[in-house]
Amino acid sequence: MADKTELEEIKKGRETWEKGPLNKALSRFGERKKKFTSISGTPVNRIYTPEDTATLRYQTDLGFPGNYPYTRGVQPTMYRGRFWTMRQYAGFGSAAETNARYRYLLEKGQTGLSVAFDLPTQAGYDSDHALSMGEVGKVGVAIDSIDDMRVLFDRIPLDKVTTSMTINAPATILLGMYLALAEAQNVSWDKVGGTVQNDVLKEIICRGQYIYPPGPTMRLTVDLIEFCQKHVPRWNTISISGYHIRESGSTAAQEIAFTIADGIAYAKACVDRGMDVDQFAGRLSFFFNAFTNVLEEAAKFRAARRVWAKVMKERFGAKNPRAMMLRYHVQTGGVTLTAQQPLNNIVRVGLQAYAASLGGCQSLHTNSYDEALCLPTEEAVTVALRTQQIVAEESGSTDTIDPLAGSYYVESMTDQIEADVNEYIEKIDARGGTLQAIEEGYIQKEIQNSAYRFQKEIESGERAYVGINKYQMEEPPPENLLRIDMSVGEKETEKLKALRAERNPDAWQAALGHLREVTKSGDNVMPAVIEAVKARATVGEICDVWREIFGEYRPKEFV
Amino acid sequence: MPSELARQVLDGSPRALARVITWVENDDPRAVECLEILYPHMGRAHILGLTGSPGAGKSSLTDQLTHHFRNAGKTVGIVAVDPSSPFTGGALLGDRIRMSRHAGDPGVFIRSMATRGFLGGLAQTTDNVVKAMDAAGKDVVIVETVGVGQDEIDIMRIADTICLILAPGYGDIIQSMKAGVMEIADIYVINKSDHAGADQLYTEVNSRILQDSQIRKRDREPPPVVKTVATEKRGIDDLMAAIESCRCQLKESGALLEKRRERIRQQTFQMIQFALFQLLEKELAQNGRLDRLVDAIIEKKENPYQAMREIVDEFIKVPAG
Amino acid sequence: MAKKKLKIIVAKPGLDGHDRGAKLLCRIFAEAGMEVVYTGLRQTPEMIVEAALQEDADVVGLSSLSGVHNYFFPRVVSLLKEKDMADVLVVGGGIIPDEDVSSLKAAGVAEIFGPGTRTDEIVQYIEGNVAG
Ligand SMILES: Nc1nc2c(ncn2[C@@H]2O[C@H](COP(=O)(O)OP(=O)(O)O)[C@@H](O)[C@H]2O)c(=O)[nH]1
Ligand SMILES: [Mg+2]
Repeated sequence: MADKTELEEIKKGRETWEKGPLNKALSRFGERKKKFTSISGTPVNRIYTPEDTATLRYQTDLGFPGNYPYTRGVQPTMYRGRFWTMRQYAGFGSAAETNARYRYLLEKGQTGLSVAFDLPTQAGYDSDHALSMGEVGKVGVAIDSIDDMRVLFDRIPLDKVTTSMTINAPATILLGMYLALAEAQNVSWDKVGGTVQNDVLKEIICRGQYIYPPGPTMRLTVDLIEFCQKHVPRWNTISISGYHIRESGSTAAQEIAFTIADGIAYAKACVDRGMDVDQFAGRLSFFFNAFTNVLEEAAKFRAARRVWAKVMKERFGAKNPRAMMLRYHVQTGGVTLTAQQPLNNIVRVGLQAYAASLGGCQSLHTNSYDEALCLPTEEAVTVALRTQQIVAEESGSTDTIDPLAGSYYVESMTDQIEADVNEYIEKIDARGGTLQAIEEGYIQKEIQNSAYRFQKEIESGERAYVGINKYQMEEPPPENLLRIDMSVGEKETEKLKALRAERNPDAWQAALGHLREVTKSGDNVMPAVIEAVKARATVGEICDVWREIFGEYRPKEFV
Repeated sequence: MPSELARQVLDGSPRALARVITWVENDDPRAVECLEILYPHMGRAHILGLTGSPGAGKSSLTDQLTHHFRNAGKTVGIVAVDPSSPFTGGALLGDRIRMSRHAGDPGVFIRSMATRGFLGGLAQTTDNVVKAMDAAGKDVVIVETVGVGQDEIDIMRIADTICLILAPGYGDIIQSMKAGVMEIADIYVINKSDHAGADQLYTEVNSRILQDSQIRKRDREPPPVVKTVATEKRGIDDLMAAIESCRCQLKESGALLEKRRERIRQQTFQMIQFALFQLLEKELAQNGRLDRLVDAIIEKKENPYQAMREIVDEFIKVPAG
Repeated sequence: MAKKKLKIIVAKPGLDGHDRGAKLLCRIFAEAGMEVVYTGLRQTPEMIVEAALQEDADVVGLSSLSGVHNYFFPRVVSLLKEKDMADVLVVGGGIIPDEDVSSLKAAGVAEIFGPGTRTDEIVQYIEGNVAG
C-alpha cells in the first residue's frame, strides 16, 4: 500500500540490510533451520515488508467490518458490541440424563442447547442393531424414536430455546422429530430456532458418518434446506464444516478450500432446485478449526471470508449482503492435543482461542485439556470455558476490530491462503465439481498426503512438537479419567422392543410406505418424514427405507 | 500336510482355501501338491473378468454382481488384484471395502492379491488362485484386475467372460485405452451413467464397436453395451442378463470348450516352460558355469548364439524325425 | 519360492469414523513392504476375523477412538482363537487409557500403541513379533 517511491526506498533499504548486517549475522550464527514453514507447510519468509503487500488495495481487498468483502469481519462492531457466543458442545448417555442437564443449564440462564448424538444415531442405526454394540449412548445421546426425543426435551419450551444438533446424514429425521414435538407443544414452526449440521459431504470426505452415496444424500440435504426456507424460517439449515477436514490432516488452506468447495456444491444444488440465493444463502453457516499457529489461523479466517463473499457475489450473483457473509463457529483443534503432559494442552487451547478471536469468529468451543485421553472431566471443561473467557475479557483482542490488519506478514499470508484456496477451487471445477472430486477421491487424497507429510515431519524431528518429539518426560499414568456406563445399550434395546410392540402397525406401515413413494417420486421428503416419526417409525427404519432406494455409500479407500 | 489341506478345501473349509492360496501366491512347493489333488474338481465355475481404468467402478460392480449371484443361489469367489509398489514391494489392497456387505455370508469368499511385480493387470499366480476357488466349489469366480496399465489383457488367459468397465470422465476415454483392451471385451459396461457424458460415451462405444474390424471379425452380433450406476443399483439387472446370455452362448456354441482348450494348451506349455527354465537355471548356476559362460561371451571367446545351441543340445534331446 | 510377504489387516471396529490414523498406518505398512488390506469403517469383530481368515493374514491391526476398545479388541482375539487362528498377531491403537492396556493384553492383544507412538516403532514391533 506504499507508493512507488517509498517502495523503491524500502527495496534499497532491504538490499543494504541483507548485504550488511543480515549477512554478517548469518555468516556468524546462521539460523535455526534451513527452511521455515508454517504448521501447514507454507514457506515463511525471514521478514515481511511493505513490498509484500504492495498490491493490496484497502477498499477492495479489506474494506470495513460489515462491508464487502468482509475480510475484517461480518459486523460493524464485532466484539466491541458483544463477544462471540461461548458454546460448549456436550452430550452423554440417555435422553433422560441429558434432559436433566439441559434443564439445569436453562435454569442457570443459558438459552442455547447443543445436542451431541451417539454414533448409531449419526450413522442411522437403531440401538439394537448389530453395529451399535458398545456404542449406544457413548459419544452422545441415543435417539431411536420420537419417544426419546420427547424425553430429551421434556418440560423445555421449544419457542424459548434454540437447539443446535450435530447430525448429518439423518438430519431430516431428527429435525422432523423436533418439529413434530413443537407441534405437540403448540409451538408454531416459525417460532422454532436452531441449527442442524446437515453437511454430508464432509462426512464422506473425512468424518465417516455417511449413509448414502453423494447424489441422493445431497438431495436430502437440499430437501431440508428447502423445507425450512418455507416453513421454519428461523432454522439454520446447514453448518458447512472444515473442522473435521483439518482434524483429518489437511493444511489451513485445504481446510478452507474444501469447505468452500462443499459450500459451492450445496449452494448450486439449492439453485438447481429453483431456490433464490439471496434467500437461502443467509442461512448457510460454517464451522472451522483453530490450530496453534496464531497468525496463520487468523489469516486463514480472514481469507475464508473474502473468498466466500466473492464466490457468492461472482459465481452465484448474490445481491443480499447477508448471502455473502461467511458466519462461522470455531472449535479448537482436537488433534493438536497431546496425551503426553496433558496440562500443556491448556496453553495450546489458549493460543487457539486467541487465534479464533483475532480471526473474528461468531461462536467458539474450546476443548478440554484431557480430551486426548478420555471424555473431559468436569474440571477440564471448566478450564476450557475459562480459557475463552480470559481471551475475551483480558487479552485485549476484543477491544478493536481485526487488530492484525495491515501486518505485512498477516496480509501476505491472507493473500497466500486465498490464492491457494482459489487454485484448489479451480482444480475441483476442472474435475467437474465437488461431488466428482470427492467420488474420485481427489479431495481425500490431498488431505491424506498432508497428514502423511506432517507425520513424517514430526518423526524426523523437522517439526517440533512439545512432549511428542521434544522435551519429553517420564510420566505416571493419568488418573481420575471419566468412564462411561455400558448399560445404556441394554436399556435402549428394551425400550425399542416395547415401542415396536405398542405402536399402531397399520399407521406405521402406511407412513413408511408413503415415505417410500415420496422418495421415489422426487418430491420433498420432509412432510413424509414428519408423518413417519409421528407414527413412531425409528431412525433406523426410516434410514432403511432410503438405504433400499438409494443404496449405501462405501468410500474410496486409497487414492 | 498339503493333501490334508486340499481335502479340506474340497470339504468347503474357507480357512484351508485361504492357506492354499497363500502357498500359491508364494510359489510354495506345497501349492503344486494341493493343485494336483484339486485338479479333478476344476473347470466348473463361470469365470468372470472385470477390467477397466482405476475408479471406473470395478469393485462397486463386483459387489453388485455378487449380490445378484447370491440371490440366484450361486456361490461366489472374488479375486481382487491391486498393484505392488515397485519400490517397496508393499501394497495397499482396498477392494474389500466395497464388498463389505457380503461379510458373514459363507457363500462369498473374497481374496485380495498384490501383483508382486507382475505386469498385465494380474499377479503371476492369479490363474491358480482362481482355480483353487473353482475347485473349492464356487459357482462364479469374479476377477477384478488392477486397472492401472490400461493394457491389461492377461485377463483373457483366465476369464470366460470379460466385462470392460468404462466411465465418463475427462479426456477421450476410448482413445486412452491401449490397443487390444477394447477388443478383448465380451460386454461393455458404461458405469456412472448418472454422470454427464455417459450418453456420449455410450454412443461412442457403440460406434467404435461397429467400426472395429477385430470385434466384428470375432462376433456375428455386436457385443452388448450396458449402462449402469453401480452405487445406486441401476442397470445391474441388464448387466446380469448380458452376462447370462453371454454364458449361454459360450456354452451352446461350443466356444467355451474351444476357449478352455486353447487356455489349457497355453497354460500347460507355460508350466512346462517354467519348470524347464527353473531346472536349467539351477543346473547352469551350479558350479558357476553360467558366470564363466558370461565372462567368455564378454571376452568374445564364445558367442551367445552358439552357447545357446550347445546348451539346448546338451539338455534336451529331441528325437530325430 | 518367493520371500514371504507380511499380510496385515487394518480395521476400524465400531462406528467411529476417524480413520486418519488407520489410513496413515496403512501407507506406512505398505512402504515397509507389507501387503495391507484395509477393511474400512464400521467393522464388527466377526467381519474383521472373516477378513483375516480369507486373506490368511499374519497380523490384525485395530484402531479405535470412540472408547469401545474394551468390547471390540478382546472379542476379535477370542473369535480368532475360535477359528483356530491364535497365531495371528493382534495389535491395537487409538485413544486407549493406560489403565485398560493391561486387561487388553491379558485378553490376548499383543501390544497397544497410544497416541504419539512413532510409526517406525510400530513397524519394527510387527516385523519382530509375527509368528513363523
Ligand atoms: N456416481 C457414481 N459413482 C460411482 C459409480 N460406481 C462407482 N462409483 C464411485 O466411484 C469410485 C470408484 O469406484 P470403485 O468401485 O472403487 O472403482 P474401481 O477402482 O474400478 O474398483 C467410488 O467412489 C465409487 O463410489 C456410479 O455408477 N456412479
Ligand atoms: Mg477396485
